Amino acid sequence: MSNVSSERIPNNVDLASDRKLQRALEAWQPRFIDWWMEMGPEGFQSDQVYLRTAISVEADGWAHFDYVKMPDYRWGIFLTPPTQSRTIGFGDNLGKPVWDTVPGEHRNALRRLIVTQGDTEPASVEQQRLLGQTCPSLYDLRNLFQVNVEEGRHLWAMVYLLHSYFGRDGREEAEALLERRSGNEDKPRILGAFNEPCRHWLSFFMFTYFTDRDGKYQLLALAESGFDPLARTTRFMLTEEAHHMFVGETGVGRIVERTIELTQKNSNGDARAEGGIDLPTLQKYVNLWYSVSLDLFGGEISSNAANYFASGLKARAKEDRYEDHLVLDEVMSFEVPRADRSGFDRQDVPLRNAMNEVLRGEYVEDSQRGVDKWNRQLEEAGLAFRITLPSTRFHRATGLYAGLHFDPEGRLLSEAEWQAQKGQFLPTEDDETYVSSLMQRPIYEPGKMAHWIAPPAKGIKGRPIDFEYVRRQDI
Amino acid sequence: MESATPKVEEPVRFSTHPSRYHHWKLHVDGAVARLVMAVDDQHPLRGGYVLKLNSYDLGVDIELADAVQRLRFEHPEVRAVLVSSGTDNCFCAGANIYMLGASTHAFKVNFCKFTNETRLYLEEASAKSGQTYIAALNGVASGGGYELALACETIYLQDDGSSAVSFPETPLLAVLPGTGGLTRLVDKRKVRRDLADVFSTLAEGVRGKRSKDWGLVDDVFAKSRFDAEVKKRADALVAAAAPKDEGPGILLADVAPTRSEDGAKLVSSYRYVEFTVDRETRTATLLVRGPTSPAATDGKTLREQGSDHWHLRAFRELDDALLDLRFNHPTVGLLVLETSGDPEAVRAHDEALAGLGGDWLGREISLLVARVLRRLDLTARSLFATLRPGSCFAGSLFELALSADRSYMLASQDDDAPRIGLSSLNFGALPMSNGLTRLETRFLARPEHAASLRDVRHLFDHDAALEHGLVTFTPDDIDWDDDVRIAVEERASLSPDALTGMEANLRFAGPETMETKIFARLSAWQNWIFQRPNAVGERGALTMYGRPERPEFDWRRT
Ligand SMILES: [Fe+2]
Ligand SMILES: [Fe+2]
Repeated sequence: MSNVSSERIPNNVDLASDRKLQRALEAWQPRFIDWWMEMGPEGFQSDQVYLRTAISVEADGWAHFDYVKMPDYRWGIFLTPPTQSRTIGFGDNLGKPVWDTVPGEHRNALRRLIVTQGDTEPASVEQQRLLGQTCPSLYDLRNLFQVNVEEGRHLWAMVYLLHSYFGRDGREEAEALLERRSGNEDKPRILGAFNEPCRHWLSFFMFTYFTDRDGKYQLLALAESGFDPLARTTRFMLTEEAHHMFVGETGVGRIVERTIELTQKNSNGDARAEGGIDLPTLQKYVNLWYSVSLDLFGGEISSNAANYFASGLKARAKEDRYEDHLVLDEVMSFEVPRADRSGFDRQDVPLRNAMNEVLRGEYVEDSQRGVDKWNRQLEEAGLAFRITLPSTRFHRATGLYAGLHFDPEGRLLSEAEWQAQKGQFLPTEDDETYVSSLMQRPIYEPGKMAHWIAPPAKGIKGRPIDFEYVRRQDI
Repeated sequence: MESATPKVEEPVRFSTHPSRYHHWKLHVDGAVARLVMAVDDQHPLRGGYVLKLNSYDLGVDIELADAVQRLRFEHPEVRAVLVSSGTDNCFCAGANIYMLGASTHAFKVNFCKFTNETRLYLEEASAKSGQTYIAALNGVASGGGYELALACETIYLQDDGSSAVSFPETPLLAVLPGTGGLTRLVDKRKVRRDLADVFSTLAEGVRGKRSKDWGLVDDVFAKSRFDAEVKKRADALVAAAAPKDEGPGILLADVAPTRSEDGAKLVSSYRYVEFTVDRETRTATLLVRGPTSPAATDGKTLREQGSDHWHLRAFRELDDALLDLRFNHPTVGLLVLETSGDPEAVRAHDEALAGLGGDWLGREISLLVARVLRRLDLTARSLFATLRPGSCFAGSLFELALSADRSYMLASQDDDAPRIGLSSLNFGALPMSNGLTRLETRFLARPEHAASLRDVRHLFDHDAALEHGLVTFTPDDIDWDDDVRIAVEERASLSPDALTGMEANLRFAGPETMETKIFARLSAWQNWIFQRPNAVGERGALTMYGRPERPEFDWRRT
């Protein structure tokens, strides 16, 4: 049986009669598997993992649970069914029918958007490939793999668009998505956060909480696209993304829960002394992953962003909540740092050019929600410590504040002040070593948890917590 | 009146020195020099824009031109020049769009002309001075950034998945690459025209292996090996270059003039050049004085004279005055060229210089004189030469009269009557952009006449000059004042645009070279497109760039 069939590749794009797509996938699918074997979870490829697979877009089909070996996972292609006579909801083409094919005028811009989104998907799998070897439980191991295979499917979703709508260039870009490598000096992934090492599970939970949430907002903005296949593809991806952020939010929440216990147990209130992750350290990881994720939204003032909005390619998240979809008259004010660092100047920017900042603003709000939950845990336990999100100026590598130093409250620091204080704001090598030291050995016994994390409230798909979520083969 | 210019701006000055560079770092390490572009974005030539992403303005290019010149004179031991960027992931984003948007048309044209000249100087240094330029593209090179690379002999591109070469001008800005990029693509690199067509409409450009396959770059290397591979090739180039015993170089002293104001007249006094601008009549006069001391006939004396050497000093001063005219006096339409001194002395200096052609410094001085004369040819102002008593239009200085659109020689029998003389330099050392000498271009219909002039050793009086076709008119002292005055006034009254086009058509007869194509196309196509509503109209692409709305085009083609 060919590897490219509707049995192997569940889909709702009529793959069986799409010769163009078949041909493209016949070349690409084996390379994807090669990539997965090389860069996917290391040491678990022959295990049976209790995973959900999307096999249709119906309510009962998008989350089908069963044991599967990851290399046999059926990565599928799904688009949310089309809306009849949908029109473009924003920008200069407002009210015109959406495009079912790529308009030549916007071909390059669309390809760039799709490639940039597509590049993040395999990147995160690469960043997380060694984490299985230090998993805190089988439950968490399974969640890691669930996230990994779904990021793989998100890659398929973007590759589907490249193959179907961008001809030879699209096929080449699809190949290149398998050639870049997270953190590789010669072939890095496109965006910064996706080249950051993710060495341990604390970073994994922060990544899924903060960085996957960037994904959510990018997908929400693309889900409004006038290029209908992109809008429909990203809408379906959003259903999966929710689980990734759930993994992050509950993961951090469980650490907080355990840390509360350990803090209270210790006579000095020191969770580290009890082998846990103390709250100040946790805060540093919040600072790190939140700030690198803020960068993913791009510069505060961006002509690309204006262009995407004007052309109807990328909107704001949930564009229909806004009243004005043309956005020609509004402005946004920015505090632009002076060249001589003596302070800031207020500058009004046409709102279209500030679309990255609009999206980032929504993300900031959304990020706060989980933080509030963690803080409620702390409050209920009677601890005074509160987790905070740093200023959006803090530790930025793109945009207005790149190249300058700020403390988490957003106060400008000199180079010397920054060097002296950054170890209080961001994880140091010592912190990395300490956190990694807690996670030296994997825990494969069903139901058992690592010392530094509390068990989850419940299992997956109604299964108990001590369910054998991963059946290890080679131990 | 020149004061009709909308805003009074600080004049642009062209003298600089590596110790004062804001945007480039010049490191010389034996036979390999590194020119690192690290544009200080907070230091534009004029306020109002930020030089992001290693984008450049005239100030950046003035430094580049200075560096190229100094490498030739001050570091003759250099064989390979590596041009790279000090900014991570970005080689150079080309000319700054906001700067172009804020500039007058005249400034844009002159800016492009100057950057083009600088690119050609870089190529000339590779071809004639044994200093080969290598572009090491350690990041994206777009627009003028890639054009700078094209002016180098070899282009290496970092293969990191994002570094690319591109010409986004047409798809993004509705204009053309303004520094000869399109011409060099097909004429110099001989990229296939269909691939060049695809490349020139692909805003994001071409990267990695494809850029090599298409001939856009010579090779690509992975980021981790990039510096080492490029250095290896520079070293190999040095090893293969003919050994030359050429150091040490000479220091180029500053030639800045003293400037004074006399009513409507602005006078810039250099050592050998006097440049006078008359703002009332919109005319200027360039007076070049001949040498007064003996010529250097051997390498040792030449080096001792250094940048005080007459040719070197006088033509560098002339160059500075021409740039002053182009950028700071946009309404001056007519430049009168004059000389004073002893024609035999000029000829003696010319012959001495010609005799030192085997010496690197002699060669560099000849090349510089030739460059300055081409800068004069390419100056879009009417050029009249007036040959008066006491003038010295001989040899290299007679080229000024040959460069002029017309010339007036006083008919006189007096002892100090003007005389014209020719020297070896008139017969090949000082070519025009078209590759011919000015005499060959002048006598395109009679090549044998141009050749036969080589045998004439004596000076020409006005009759002989007229007879041999060396001057246009020879009024006598009774007619001179009226004839010249009327000619000047009449010229100053004609449309500057029509004159620019007319003069450019007439000046560059004869064969096309890459250089003539570049300037012709710059003047015709690029300037035309830069004026069109599709680029600079209310909804033109250049106007709309960076703004929230999208451009609108008038779809009619010419
Ligand atoms: Fe994803
Ligand atoms: Fe995700």
